[in-house]
Order: sequence, then C-alpha cells, then structure tokens
Amino acid sequence: MGLESEYEIPVLTTTVEKMVQWARRSSIWPVTFGLACCAIEMMAMSCSRYDIARFGAEVFRGSPRQSDLMIVAGRLSRKMAPALRRIYDQMPEPKWVISMGACASIGGVFDNYAIVQGVDQVVPVDVYVPGCPPRPESLIYGIVQLQQKISRQHLA
Amino acid sequence: MPQLRTETMTVNMGPQHPSTHGVLRLVLTLDGETVLSASPTIGYLHTGIEKTSEQKKWQQVIPLVERMDYLSAQSNSMAFCMSVEKLLGVDVVVPERVKNIRVLLAELQRINSHLVWLGTHGMELGAVSVMLYCFRERELLLNINEMIAGFRLFPSYMRVGGLREDLPRGFHEAVRAFLDRFAGKLNEYEDLLTKNEIYLKRTQGVGIISKEDAVAYSLLGPIARSAGVDYDVRKVFPYLGYETYDFNVPTQTAGDVYARYLVRVAEMRESMKICRQALDRITPTGKWAIDDPRITPPPKDRVYTEMEALIQHFLIYSQGFMVPAGEAYVPVEGPRGEQGFSVFSDGTNRPWRIKSRAPSLLACQALERMIVGGLIADVIAVIGSIDVVMGDVDR
Amino acid sequence: MDGSALLALLQQAAPGATIDAAPSVDVHTTIYVSRDHVIEVARALRDAPELRFSFLAELTAVDVWPREPRFEVVYVLVSIEHRLRLRMKVRLHGEDAHVATVSGIWPAANWLEREVWDLFGIVFDGHPDPRRLLMPEDWEGFPLRKDSPVQIRRPPHVAEPLQVTAEEFRQNVERDRLSRSEM
Repeated sequence: MGLESEYEIPVLTTTVEKMVQWARRSSIWPVTFGLACCAIEMMAMSCSRYDIARFGAEVFRGSPRQSDLMIVAGRLSRKMAPALRRIYDQMPEPKWVISMGACASIGGVFDNYAIVQGVDQVVPVDVYVPGCPPRPESLIYGIVQLQQKISRQHLA
Repeated sequence: MPQLRTETMTVNMGPQHPSTHGVLRLVLTLDGETVLSASPTIGYLHTGIEKTSEQKKWQQVIPLVERMDYLSAQSNSMAFCMSVEKLLGVDVVVPERVKNIRVLLAELQRINSHLVWLGTHGMELGAVSVMLYCFRERELLLNINEMIAGFRLFPSYMRVGGLREDLPRGFHEAVRAFLDRFAGKLNEYEDLLTKNEIYLKRTQGVGIISKEDAVAYSLLGPIARSAGVDYDVRKVFPYLGYETYDFNVPTQTAGDVYARYLVRVAEMRESMKICRQALDRITPTGKWAIDDPRITPPPKDRVYTEMEALIQHFLIYSQGFMVPAGEAYVPVEGPRGEQGFSVFSDGTNRPWRIKSRAPSLLACQALERMIVGGLIADVIAVIGSIDVVMGDVDR
Repeated sequence: MDGSALLALLQQAAPGATIDAAPSVDVHTTIYVSRDHVIEVARALRDAPELRFSFLAELTAVDVWPREPRFEVVYVLVSIEHRLRLRMKVRLHGEDAHVATVSGIWPAANWLEREVWDLFGIVFDGHPDPRRLLMPEDWEGFPLRKDSPVQIRRPPHVAEPLQVTAEEFRQNVERDRLSRSEM
C-alpha cells in the first residue's frame, strides 16, 4: 500500500496494518529463479515431502511481474548479473529476496573470476540461508523468518 | 480483402525461464509458430571450476567437481577419482568390494538423475503429478545418500583410492527396500505417460535427430542411443567390472522425443538389475579403500592413540599426496552419456589442469538441429528430452 | 589392436605427416602431430576404413607456461566400430597460437573450439563462428591461461547497454506506424 507515507498518525492504520501484514506473509509467491544445484533442493522443497504450499508459497510464478519473492538459488555468474537485476526490477512492490545457499550469499566455494561474491552486490537481500545446498527444511525456516520479518514491517 | 502481412518475429527465451532447465538462452526466429532458426547462448552459469581446481589439492577437488553436473554428482566424482588413480597407478589394486560399491552408487545416481529428468519433463508437458511422484521416489534415494555420508545431494563419498569410510549399518536393507518398491512404482509412472494419447501426440515425430547427426555432433548418450547408435561405455570400454554384470543397453531407432523417453525409462530398469547384482556382491563390512599409506588416511581411533597414525593423518590432510606427471582420461557412462575427466598433472600435490567432458555441452550444440522446422511448443519438449544440466554445460 | 599397429596404419593413411608416439597410462594411444598436418591426419583418422574415428569425444588445451611450447591442444577420438581410443596432441607456441579448425571434419568441434578460444586465446583458422562461448561478450583476457588471475575483486556489471540508440528507436516506431496505416 503506497498510502502509508501520506498518513501522519500511525494509530489509524493499526488494525489495517495487522491485516495487511497477515495477507502479505501468508501468500508469498516466488518467481522461478533457480540457477544451479540449489534449484534442485528448491524443487524438492515444493514437492510432497517438504510441502511449501502449506506455508503459502503455492505456485512458482514464471513471470516476475506476478510474484512477490525472488529466491536466488544457486551461483550467480558475472554474465548472469544483469539478467538478475532486470528480473528484480520487473517485480512489483512489495518484494523480498531470499539468498539461498552459500554461493548466492557470499560466493560459496567458488572464489574466482567468474562468480559474483554474494548476490547482495546486485540486489538487496532480506534473508540469507546458508548451506551447500541448504536442506529443504533450512529453506523453509528461511521463509518462516521472512514471514516474521514481514509481520514486523510497518505501513506508516 | 487486405493482404496478410508476414514477417518473422524474434523471440528471446531468456536465461530466466521456467522451462529451460537452468540458465539457457535461446534466441528464436519465428514465422508464425514455426521455428526458422535458433541460436543458443550459454555461459550464464560459468563457474570457473577448472581454474579453481588448479589451486586445490587433489582430494579437495572432489567436492568442486561434484557440483559441475549436479544431478550426477557421484558419477562425476567417481570419474575424477578413477582418472587420478590411473595416473597414480593404483587402479589395479583397488579392492573388489570398492568397485562393487562404486557400481552400485553410480547406478543409483543414474536412477536419481533420470527421475529428475522424468519429473521436470512431465511437468513441462503438462503432467504435473509425474513431478511430484518422481521427487517422492527421489527422497528415498537421498535418504540413502544421507545414510552413507550425511549429505543429500553431494555426499563426497568417493575418494581417490576408494571411499571415505565404510558402509553404515542398515545400508543393504535400505537399498533393497528402495529397489523392491521402485519397480512397481515405475510401472505406475509408465502407465501415466507411455500410452497416453496427449503425450504421444506431443512427443512422437518431434525433435528428430538422425543417426548421422548424432555421430557428427558426438552425442554419445541416451540421445545417440535413441537414434540407433549402439554405444555404451560400460559395454564397449568396460570399467569397474561391468563386463561381469548381466544387463542390456536399450536402443531405439526413431530419434525423437518419445524414443528418448523410452530409452531412459528402460535404462532405469536396467540400472535396477545392476543394482541388485551389485548389492548381492557387497559384504556389509570389509575394505573400503586401498592400503596405501600415502593416500588413504588411517582410521580415527588409531589417529587418537598412535603417533605414527597422527603424523600420517596430518600429512595427508595438510600436504596431500603427489601424483606423477602425465595425463589420464577414464571414460565413464554417466546419465547423460560419456563423461570423464582429462586430468593433467605435473608431479606435485595440485592438479595442473582438469577438463571435464561435458555431454550436455554437445547436446546444447545439437539443439538447433532438433528444433528448427518444428513448432515453438515443441521447443519445450525437446529441451526437456535432451536432459541438459547447465552446470555441466558451463562448468 | 595395440598402439604401434595403430600408428603404422595411420602413417600409411597419412603419408606426408610427422607423427610421434608418446607414452600413455590409460586406454588411449597418444600421438603428437605437428600443426601443419592436423587436417590431413584428422581426415585420415575419420575416413580410413581400418581406423574410422568418427567421434570427437573431447577437444581441449593445456597451458604449460612458462615452459615453451606453451600450449598443447588435445583431441580425444573414439572409434566405435574398432573399439579404439586415440589422443592426438598438437604443440603450439605462445606467440603464434593458431591451428586449423577441424569443425569441417567433426561438426562437434564447433563449440569446443569456441570454448578453447574463449578460455585460452588459441585461434582456430577457418572457424565459422569465432565468438566467446562461456565468458560475457565484452570480457577481456583469457581466464584459463596460467598468467591470468584466479580471483578478481571487481563489482559486477548490472546494467546492459541499450541495443539501439534513442533516435533509432524513434525512427523504428515511426516507420512501423506508417506501414500499418497503409494496410
């Protein structure tokens, strides 16, 4: 809601704020941005054993313009960095980014000429999930942390 | 009546796309829905693993090369270990039990990779439930990986000279339970697709590659076998005792997407046969590595009590072992075709150069031959059927 | 057949070429071929009826800097009919690192040679499409050479340059509008 900056008395929006926070955190739809091995664990997370749909991430949208969350899953190479920025810019507000895995968070095992040492050099990141690749339970924990972060975001 | 304007349209199937199996970029020129030309651009996942490996010691390279082709991780590390063992000259003294365990794990990895292929390929053509079923079976295989080395996708269980440690208790029961369950489940999944009218219409006659093209583009895997080329590294240049196992190599002649589907499903059944034979030959406990003290670290209880074992452990993990100068390339049949590592050594404890033969790179090159002349909807089916893994293409 | 018989057959099929055998520890027979005879030897390997090396399994390069000759281009060939494997190597010096392309003989060499050019800077004369394959198009340098660094600390490019200028874009829109009004 872009109205929050216009209201100067935050008390008016308290109950509305709780409702908006609940709506936002209960239906975060990710955009498919699986790059490498972490994408396989992300797919495993969305399948029947570690079902992510029960946390609200029902479908992985193909188009960034219809999604709220970008899970950067995998190693980001220098050639791919402009494409990542472009996809991030195409997502509408409010949007969040989870950096999944060691390669997306800090460059991982690959400290060399070809890999960007951390996705936060390109897009702002909300939650970092470590692991190589992180277990699906770790990623679910990351999404739950993001949900708690969303429930703390104020409107005004 | 106004003239219909016809002109070609250029469409970019960009690096971020739900169906390109990773970061592959295709620039398609379309006339209506017919593809006139396609130019794939790769390199969006280039990781420089080969350059990074030159800085690491020989044993430290194993986790790096597992992350190249991330769906056939244990085939990759097995191929690397076999090339280094060939250079060291110890491949003849690798114990029989280690060879059987390597065969078993390689075949389980093949089933694992084909399950991911089947799941994603089915989902892209619309059969979404196939993906959920295949990933459910895959969870059992990942449980086995976790049992032997503690990690689901990249166990790093293969080492130069054998394995990391002995098999855990309950391994035989777990693998046998999986094999007993999987045969029936594979029949169920085949029922969903093999005679399905929609699937047949979408895959028969689509993405045809001729036998001459398969040879010319060096495809060497299920793609070539679906076109009639009868080449399987396990039969033609056998390794790890494959000549003593009883299995067939399925081939088809049509060369289209449906033929590749049939070849891979049949390969899964053959892999199950090999797994059962290998499992019967493996004793629950026994040797898990060669006895060479320069390469194999001593067991931990000796390291904590004896000084010589402590020194040996320290030397192996701090300095590594020296590999004589030369080069070696041991070809291995991975899930995507012939894989292997050209390993160049200059006599020190670090590799001089490692080159991985990437079957997915050559499959991407042949992609243009397969999709030109077809419809744009067939592009998705063909990309799914050639089973590219972009980590392998770009390394 | 073993290595020496293979070598004899090959020397018969490509009489003008200088071919040296080399020791090898694995299943491949290894030969060194001089740069000028690469095409002749490759054609003989593919077409001679006793050889029939129709598969090019691998095409790579090794950089042994600072020793000279600096580069070694390695071709790995497979013959399915006769169950043979061969490793052919060509030595190149660092200053004039170029060799004839074999993509006319084995079409699979197209991308493999592009990759070697991209990572090592070895020019393949006569290649139909000499572009970079794995690195970005505007990358400078050849990463896998031994004098090129492993780690670089440079922020990534995140903005892509526009494919057309603003003036060209306006002209395209105008032209499209005019042609549509004629319909």
